[in-house]
Amino acid sequence: MDRRTIFQGWALPMLLVLPQLLLTGFFFYWPAGQAVWSSLTSEDPFGQGSVFVGLDNFADLFADPLYVQSIVRTVVFCLAVSALAMSVALALAVFADREIRGRAVYRTLLIWPYAIAPALSAVLFLFILNPQVGLLGRWLNTHGLPWDYHINGGQALLMVVLASAWKQVSYNFIFFLAGLQSIPRAVTEAARMDGARGWHRFRTITFPLLSPTTFFLLVVNVVYAAFDTFGTIYALTQGGPGKDTETLVIKVYRDGMINQDIGSSSAQSVVLMLGVIVVTAVQFRFMGRRTSA
Amino acid sequence: MATLDLIGLRKSFGQTEVLRQVDLSLADGEMLVIVGASGCGKSTLLRMVAGLERPSAGRIVLGGRDIVGLDPAERDIAMVFQNYALYPHMSVFENMAYGLRIRGLARADIQRRVDEAAGLLGLSELLGRKPRQLSGGQRQRVAMGRAIVREPKLFLFDEPLSNLDAKLRVQMRAEIRRLQRRLGVTSLYVTHDQVEAMTLGDRLLVLHQGHPAQLATPMEVFERPADTYVAGFIGAPAMNFLAATLAEGGTAARLDAGPLVRFVDGRRAGTDGDALTVGIRPEHLSLVPDGLALHVDLIEPLGSETLVHGHLASPGETPLVVKLSGHAPPGETLTVALQPAQLHVFDRASGRRIEPIGAETGRPALVGAGLAQ
Repeated sequence: MDRRTIFQGWALPMLLVLPQLLLTGFFFYWPAGQAVWSSLTSEDPFGQGSVFVGLDNFADLFADPLYVQSIVRTVVFCLAVSALAMSVALALAVFADREIRGRAVYRTLLIWPYAIAPALSAVLFLFILNPQVGLLGRWLNTHGLPWDYHINGGQALLMVVLASAWKQVSYNFIFFLAGLQSIPRAVTEAARMDGARGWHRFRTITFPLLSPTTFFLLVVNVVYAAFDTFGTIYALTQGGPGKDTETLVIKVYRDGMINQDIGSSSAQSVVLMLGVIVVTAVQFRFMGRRTSA
Repeated sequence: MATLDLIGLRKSFGQTEVLRQVDLSLADGEMLVIVGASGCGKSTLLRMVAGLERPSAGRIVLGGRDIVGLDPAERDIAMVFQNYALYPHMSVFENMAYGLRIRGLARADIQRRVDEAAGLLGLSELLGRKPRQLSGGQRQRVAMGRAIVREPKLFLFDEPLSNLDAKLRVQMRAEIRRLQRRLGVTSLYVTHDQVEAMTLGDRLLVLHQGHPAQLATPMEVFERPADTYVAGFIGAPAMNFLAATLAEGGTAARLDAGPLVRFVDGRRAGTDGDALTVGIRPEHLSLVPDGLALHVDLIEPLGSETLVHGHLASPGETPLVVKLSGHAPPGETLTVALQPAQLHVFDRASGRRIEPIGAETGRPALVGAGLAQ
């Protein structure tokens, strides 16, 4: 559908979009432009000026095995978080979609974790998983299962995946529940009459009909895991032990803010930015095609 | 193929009784239409047979086996839904093959059955399409095909034609009837459309607020409605009702409007002065020089006939509809008479039909489905 309003002249339409343009320009384009500029320069560590170095920062970056490792680590982390957050949310949504007593309460409780700040959720997980004071952490150690994410990189990664996924479950749950409710009841009933039961019905009818929701959530979850988990990871492990939980965003922060390598850090930011642009473009294309079909 | 018996079937949601007591027997290959206004419990009845709702009490016996405790998957019943309920992500072929694949039929058998059904329904060219690429009538056919290929013991139809336009509905109505006869599958068909009810069924069950009001052949329901509800529900335009009292030793009714109408089919039981409702269909009122005076409110010419909406001068403003062949005469009043052979006599308090003495026995089917067999 094409809805257009024809304005006379430029003044009014410009005025109407101006607030949004100002906000976007001030909070996005300006810092993004700064990042792009810094990525092309090498800065004196003591802030005594900078030199234009072209694409040297990028060349250094991709020649650095640590950076490539961080990319791989981030990909693994993103897939693990997305898979865990989505499968748990889908299971919960399937149960919440049934006719059960106290359904409203159940749903509300499942949505709450979304309102918790990343640092707070990290603290919650510390209370559970810390090897000295955490409930589960201590239990594991006293039962002969050595648990210490300060020294075991695999355990640290597992912990940040759990904490990051936990926060995203609520969001996914809402979308999956809405998706399930938009499946016509009669279609499910027709499948029941056709003899399909339980898991088979879910696999052949429900899940395929949820695929637009699933795809949308996959993109959102990957973006979340890649960019919005800084707070959770930093509060839990600061990227350690060693670099075992250092995803790209953590590395950007550490190289830029701690190691003061502004040029390299900016180059990493620019790479991340390009990544987001690509993912978003893919999503827009796909969603746009679906809605117009 | 099988017989279906519903025995003492009841359903209530909380305090609300949706279905109070239904007893019903379908012969093998019979098509029974359940008709009623929305909220009468007809869809609930169908869904209980399907296994999508649990009855609060009663038994459902299909082919000699009580199926109340069974999952829909185990009942061997196919259902055609009002909005078709096709699987949107599957092609026409896959839609029809789905139930067969679950039953583990061989690939060749599935292919043969689907091809057969598709040929029968004129879908052979469309097997590769997705439901969204089909018109309403085609989707309806696919829904039918999905039921047919299963070769079930029982077909259930839940208002399958109500989403189609008028012309297609007439066409599909005839097609459903032909198919059902040809396949000889026992069928339950739910509708609120009285034309479908009259034309489709071997027998008709009229449900009224969860009660079976009448179970009989369509013509019997039309000609001898069991009560005023059925009389007003079946037939368009609806039957006229006039207040009257029993007179002349039960051989006539004195209309409150004045005239005395003699019963030509025999004496009614009761004492003179008993309150009656006399029913007369619009087509059974004729123009006469002196009769009931009718003030004309509205004239609807339908081409071959004319509907005259009016009201009697007295008593009150009793509305009356007259169906005339040809044009309505000019003027603001008409005088009409009731054709005595076409009278329906009801008890005014209970609404029940009063048959002539001697004729009321041997007609239990009129009294209510609960006592039918």
